[in-house]
Amino acid sequence: MNIPEDLKYTKEHEWIRIEGDVATIGITDFAQGELGDIVYVEIETEGESLETEEVFGTIEAVKTVSDLFMPVTGEIIEFNSKLADSPEVVNSDPYGDGWMIKVKMDGSSADGLLSAAAYGEIVG
Amino acid sequence: MKNTALSQTHIELGAKIVPFAGYNMPVQYSGVNDEHLCVRAAVGVFDVSHMGEFFVEGTGALDLLQKVTSNDVSKLVDGKVQYTCLPNGNGGIVDDLLVYRISENKYMLVVNASNIDKDWAWISKHVSGDVQMTNESDDYSLLAVQGPKATEVLQKLTEVNLSEMSYYTFQEAHFAGIDGIILSATGYTGAGGFEVYFKNEHANKIWTAIFEAGAGEGIQPIGLAARDTLRLEMGFCLYGNDIDDTTSPIEAGLGWITKFTKDFVDRPFLEKQKAEGVERKLVGFTMIDRGIPRHDYEIHNADGAVIGKVTSGTMSPSLKQGIGMGYVQKAYAAAETEIFISIRDKAVKASVTKVPFLK
Repeated sequence: MNIPEDLKYTKEHEWIRIEGDVATIGITDFAQGELGDIVYVEIETEGESLETEEVFGTIEAVKTVSDLFMPVTGEIIEFNSKLADSPEVVNSDPYGDGWMIKVKMDGSSADGLLSAAAYGEIVG
Repeated sequence: MKNTALSQTHIELGAKIVPFAGYNMPVQYSGVNDEHLCVRAAVGVFDVSHMGEFFVEGTGALDLLQKVTSNDVSKLVDGKVQYTCLPNGNGGIVDDLLVYRISENKYMLVVNASNIDKDWAWISKHVSGDVQMTNESDDYSLLAVQGPKATEVLQKLTEVNLSEMSYYTFQEAHFAGIDGIILSATGYTGAGGFEVYFKNEHANKIWTAIFEAGAGEGIQPIGLAARDTLRLEMGFCLYGNDIDDTTSPIEAGLGWITKFTKDFVDRPFLEKQKAEGVERKLVGFTMIDRGIPRHDYEIHNADGAVIGKVTSGTMSPSLKQGIGMGYVQKAYAAAETEIFISIRDKAVKASVTKVPFLK
């Protein structure tokens, strides 16, 4: 299983790349594998400020619908518009082209995130 | 949880296994879209051994089946299969099933796994006269071999001329070196092909033979997830979603398997429904705006009033569009009527569509 060392994670199977006060967020390789073929990513929260654990969007696989949860608190400054027409890149490149949103973080909301090693233990 | 005779094979193939109707079943192997498209373009094999097989034998067998099923069993001849349902005495449906006429006084019924006990109890209740019923569900395996290349692949394993077998017929055949295998020209995908019934002891030999025969044709194992998307593209009903104990066959568009040429459970009620019309109808619909319909989502009209409910929905792997089925008030049942699916509190436009979705 692919769990890049340089990212942070949540137990809801999201990854977070932190660069300054901007966090780029997506779902993990494990999550895309569990969901199966992803057919729709709906994110309509661009420009909104949301708290950790609030829902920022929805991801639909052929058979299931799952909410996407904020791993940090902050303002959603960008979403990956390529996912509208090519949601399958979340399957093929979850840590790259399959990213979902960029968040301008508020203060220290990233403190509780998991390391790659800690996340690796969760998904065993 | 029960296993099928092939559960270990599925695990070794890397299938994702889920509990379904009391069985550990493969829901997915390579991925639902890939599997779906494999069946549409080539050939795929489904282990659907969880399905139930009852045998009904005796001089009273026909009378019993005429009483409990909606279709006219007297129209069957030896080697012919019929799609039918069991009305529940209350206007609803106990189950939908296939009836195989093996001989004048011997029939095989193939029922949904989740309803084996319920069907057995219901049919048993109506037995009178000379009828012996046996539930051989645990002894039989069933592989559905479906797709445009299914006939060519299976032909390598039997002398029976498969291309001459009409839809909804079956034969007991020598197949893959084994006698007494039931080859049935039926399926739940609309892609053509056969369903193969045999005793569990032959499962590994038959599975291996089919995959060897299909190696050059790109044969793949297919899970329950693709089985669902394939049947939905054809508008085939799934018991528990689109039909159940609260839906009548007339409402569900199953008037074509409800024959008033004979007496049967619920006949007066269903005959009245057919004559007077029903308040709600099961329809297919296609999403016009972006969105994927799901079981239990509300269906609205343009004014936002609730007019029905989604019973099945998915992103169609062939059409790359959201498709679904649901019950709507009769005023909204005509093809091309504009309706709205309530998806996460948003009204998303859809259009009533005559099934099959995939023409």
